[in-house]
Amino acid sequence: MLKISNLHAIVEEQEILKGIDLEVNAGEVHAVMGPNGSGKSTLASVLAGNPKFEVTRGSILFKGKELLEMEPEDRAREGIFLSFQYPVEIPGVSMVNFMRAAVNEQRKYKNEEPISATDFLKLMRDKRELLGMDSQLVSRSVNEGFSGGEKKKNEIFQMAMINPLLSILDETDSGLDIDALRVVAAGVNKLQTKENATIVITHYQRLLEYIKPDFVHVLYAGKIIRSGGPELALELEKKGYDWLIKP
Amino acid sequence: MIEQQYIDLFEQYRGELDANSTEGINRHRDAAFELFKRNGFPSSKLEEYKHSNIVRSFDTELGLNLRNIPVPVNPYDAFKCDVPNLSTYTYFLINDRYYDKAPQSESLPEGVFVGSLQQFSKEFPGQFETHYAKIADMADNGTVAYNTMFVQDGFVVYVPKNVEVEKPLQLINILRGGVDLNVNRRILIIAEENAHVKILACDHAVDDVHFVVTQVTEISADVSAQVDFYELEENSEKVTRLSNLFSEQKENSNVVTSGITLHNGYTRNNYRFRILGEHAEAHAGGLAICDKTQHIDNFAFLDHAVPNCTSNELFKNVLKDRATGVFCGKILVERDAQKTQAYQTNRNLVSSDTAQMFSKPQLEIYADDVKCSHGLTTGQLDEDALFYMRARGIDKEEARLLLMVAFTRDVVDMVRIPVLQERLISLIDKRFRGELMRCGNCAVCK
Repeated sequence: MLKISNLHAIVEEQEILKGIDLEVNAGEVHAVMGPNGSGKSTLASVLAGNPKFEVTRGSILFKGKELLEMEPEDRAREGIFLSFQYPVEIPGVSMVNFMRAAVNEQRKYKNEEPISATDFLKLMRDKRELLGMDSQLVSRSVNEGFSGGEKKKNEIFQMAMINPLLSILDETDSGLDIDALRVVAAGVNKLQTKENATIVITHYQRLLEYIKPDFVHVLYAGKIIRSGGPELALELEKKGYDWLIKP
Repeated sequence: MIEQQYIDLFEQYRGELDANSTEGINRHRDAAFELFKRNGFPSSKLEEYKHSNIVRSFDTELGLNLRNIPVPVNPYDAFKCDVPNLSTYTYFLINDRYYDKAPQSESLPEGVFVGSLQQFSKEFPGQFETHYAKIADMADNGTVAYNTMFVQDGFVVYVPKNVEVEKPLQLINILRGGVDLNVNRRILIIAEENAHVKILACDHAVDDVHFVVTQVTEISADVSAQVDFYELEENSEKVTRLSNLFSEQKENSNVVTSGITLHNGYTRNNYRFRILGEHAEAHAGGLAICDKTQHIDNFAFLDHAVPNCTSNELFKNVLKDRATGVFCGKILVERDAQKTQAYQTNRNLVSSDTAQMFSKPQLEIYADDVKCSHGLTTGQLDEDALFYMRARGIDKEEARLLLMVAFTRDVVDMVRIPVLQERLISLIDKRFRGELMRCGNCAVCK
């Protein structure tokens, strides 16, 4: 599904990603871990196409198509979803209008008719219940005045609404208390199928107790320095990152 | 001197002016004329007109319809406003004349007068004399003096004590003409003690000639009165609109004004609010969407003379191409006006390198126990929000549009007629999509 090769990226003239190679197949859950500043969030942003980051070398093939040649909106329509580490508040744009626009853009891309009002409301209700979100939240402006936890829930709610092929969860656990974390993780797990895949970016092992990864990668200084199975996360939890960085 | 031709015109046609108006209106011409001769139009050498050379608009051959020659239009047939569910009483000014043939399906509450300035001056001479040209100050405003010299008719809303007009009144100002025209329009709104009224005034230019319009609006809100006055400008690029609104408020009164400039040519809106009674509230909104070489200049002066009052100003502009925007907001809190709460906000979106915004907040505070604030920002769309929306599959242009409509939202929220809010959102959306050259929803604009 996704094949990242020798990816280099810079922001403000500083090279953050220094040759990433990663392959993700349908049905897999990959965890990308690493200390602060290692480039985890940059990787997520580059995958989603944030124009603040410039890719200098490498390629990202998604379903055989070069992602780097696509605008962010086209990547989203192809099935990439980024759950933002810091979801953006958009005063004046209601969640309802925002979601309707997003869902309909996806449908348009697949040559489908816009969703009917009743179907849309039902979809909203179902997905809201999946995340245990207050109905008040979805009638407000996008993320405006949401607590940290509500914002993160809202990201997964949007993921559920859009039903992407590849979800990238960027530090989705940060700012969540343990109950919210369980709800969010359960939501993510319910959305997993054999056809889609998930990249979980996290600093801590905590989230991985709830979202079980098939593969764990350690990112350090812009490179993946170690890959392994779920046991690698546990090892990191015990020993920290130092043993990998300074062997 | 550009003014000279208008001075000559006035002297030459004084007889015609008077003959086609009423004694009450005529009585104010001499004083206005003296002031105009002395002051002329406000020159762009004045600080307050630095970015708006309004005199230039008069430097051309403009016709004035002083003899009240009928303008061939039947607005009621032509105009079908489709603000859904906005059940209103509808009135028309054709250029500066009240159109008295528009049928009203329902009668107004007892004692309410809505109609022409001429008729009002005859039927309510006492009320007319107390308010007309009294709230508007022409001593230091040449445009107001000019309007008072030449005005022959206008629109009046008078709501007596304790009467609430539930349905909004809609005034449609239609500009029609075969030659370039100068139109001098007058609006007078009198709300007596505890009277409530909501008015929507829409400007439409029908013909593709130059119109130079002066409009003087006087609002009197007596004790506990509530007045809403919303203006929607949808004029062609050949229209110069010079508006001067004056509002005076007594105790516990509540006045909301909003000037929405959806499509225009050259616009200068002056607002002057005087709060003279305690516990009164004034809310002034303004929104302009300008492109090409359109010009918007909003000047608001808010005077807190007494304690315990609240004012809130929110002016926003969206500018692109070579449009220019100007905002000047002056708040005066006088020595006795303790416990004043005065808030002013001016936010501007400038989406091209060639569009320009000039903004100047001015707070003069002489009382020591007050809460006052002003905020000013001029910038571009939030890149993070734009990316966030695109990351959900929303087209870049569509995302920009949603964000621009969102930007205007809080000005629309100040409007206290829910169906009008919805209508405004849809008009604003169309305007940003470039689908709105005129409002497109009435036969007048076709």
